[in-house]
Amino acid sequence: MALIAFGLIAAVVILSALFVIAARNPVHSVLWLILAFFSSAGLMVLIGAEFLAMLLIVVYVGAVAVLFLFVVMMLDVDFVELKQGSLGYWPFALLIGVILIAELALVWSASGSLTFDTFDPSPGAETNTEAIGAVMYTQYLLLFQLAGLILLVAMIGAIVLTLRHRPNVKRQNVSAQTGRRRADATELKDPTPGQGI
Amino acid sequence: MSNAIESLGSLWGPLLVLGQIGLFTLVLLLSIAFLLLLDRKIWAGVMMRKGPNVVGPFGLLQSFADFGKFLLKEIVIPAGANKFVFIFAPILTCTLAFAAWAAIPVAPGLEGGTSWVISDLNVGVLYLFAISSLGVYGIIMGGWASNSKYPFLGALRSAAQMVSYEVSIGFVIITVILMVGSMNLSDIVNNQAGGLQNWHAFSFQNFPLIVVMFPMFVIFFISALAETNRPPFDLPEAESELVAGYQVEYGSTPYLLFMLGEYLNIVLMCAMMTILFLGGWHGPVAIGANAAGSMPPLLLSLAGLFWFMLKILFLFFLFAMVKAIVPRYRYDQLMRLGWKIFLPTSLAAVLVVAGYVTYFGVQS
Repeated sequence: MALIAFGLIAAVVILSALFVIAARNPVHSVLWLILAFFSSAGLMVLIGAEFLAMLLIVVYVGAVAVLFLFVVMMLDVDFVELKQGSLGYWPFALLIGVILIAELALVWSASGSLTFDTFDPSPGAETNTEAIGAVMYTQYLLLFQLAGLILLVAMIGAIVLTLRHRPNVKRQNVSAQTGRRRADATELKDPTPGQGI
Repeated sequence: MSNAIESLGSLWGPLLVLGQIGLFTLVLLLSIAFLLLLDRKIWAGVMMRKGPNVVGPFGLLQSFADFGKFLLKEIVIPAGANKFVFIFAPILTCTLAFAAWAAIPVAPGLEGGTSWVISDLNVGVLYLFAISSLGVYGIIMGGWASNSKYPFLGALRSAAQMVSYEVSIGFVIITVILMVGSMNLSDIVNNQAGGLQNWHAFSFQNFPLIVVMFPMFVIFFISALAETNRPPFDLPEAESELVAGYQVEYGSTPYLLFMLGEYLNIVLMCAMMTILFLGGWHGPVAIGANAAGSMPPLLLSLAGLFWFMLKILFLFFLFAMVKAIVPRYRYDQLMRLGWKIFLPTSLAAVLVVAGYVTYFGVQS
């Protein structure tokens, strides 16, 4: 049963990943990418890593892919023109593919005993969540902090690149606006007829 | 994992799950029909109108008449629309809204310590959060596939709005997870047993935390309004600016699915607030272990279901009242509220609750 589910979900992942690069419409590409993310979350549920699966959906599908979609929809990029010369790169693509497959084979043969049946998603704990929580802030504290630092640098970089100071923009000062009383805003005048103020 | 399936008999498990799914779907659809009417009636009442009152006694059958009308209309697909995505978007919205209910525990199970839920996930809270964060795709796909300006603008607004408010919802959920120490929804509900004072919104057992938790409840409520595109945050479909936002080109059954998904999401948010903050199926007064032990378990289950539905109904009433009495926000004000007020407040709350849990421990 688990094998059938694995076969189905893995097929969906591979097919949707193929369609990501095959689709002519860039928005369709992103939608296929979302399906690929979603199905890989299904694979993670299958091996018992439910915490990672949910995080994959929350972070990648729920936030990152939305931004992808946002950008692709807004940008007016001519993807057909962009794809014109891409066929010339196939030797590099082949090389990278071969390297990836070789690495996977190496890991698989080196680990030896790691199969679908012997894989333990939550070593030394009852659930996947507890297993991750136990090592994340202790054993891997440095790596965790490092990842956070990298993200912070990326964020600051993005802000610095896009920040522009425009001097003549009207901004709303909310506290000043809500702090306004009638006496500050209006003035009662008693104009004499024929003379004005 | 203990769940209702095991407590009711393990032999016909899959059949039972199917039956439960059917039951949940039926009950949800029926309640949505009447909640829609309630929404319109409350809105009308605040405006001193009568509201729908023609079809059936007190207009009770109005939703069913509308349903028939939507089904019989012709589906119009605009020229230049992306046909598949156009039809797929409302289906996705509706499916996701139903899928989330698989993890909601609605009542205590027949055996002690169990709960009535289709699937008692260990990461139930995360599942709900993930499903509700997927809801944005229905809207953004529908808006894009319509090949029209207003729907597209509505979809963009909606995407930005939902992503922004998800952040503060996530932090609010983390405060509750910290207090319970589990992401299982049944554990979260059972942590609040023993009456009104133990509900997470008040949390008297960890006394000073009420200063944090009650504001968190309010933030969750307001963020839920924004997440479900309800007034005062219904900018994606602001009729004075965008006609009806992403729904402009939709009619007939696809529109019905969008509307159904929207209301299902509202009820889901009410259920989430009930589970996270208002004690789930636990009543406001504890009846004591002796009294509970002498009662038949079925009665306790039904009582739990009653309290759960009553709380959802109360929260839905609040949603409807907010729609009737609060004017719509401007888009920049909406973003300011989300990023400059809710995000820092909820982040600070996570720090405070985490510190409290670490140094004083939680009494549950």
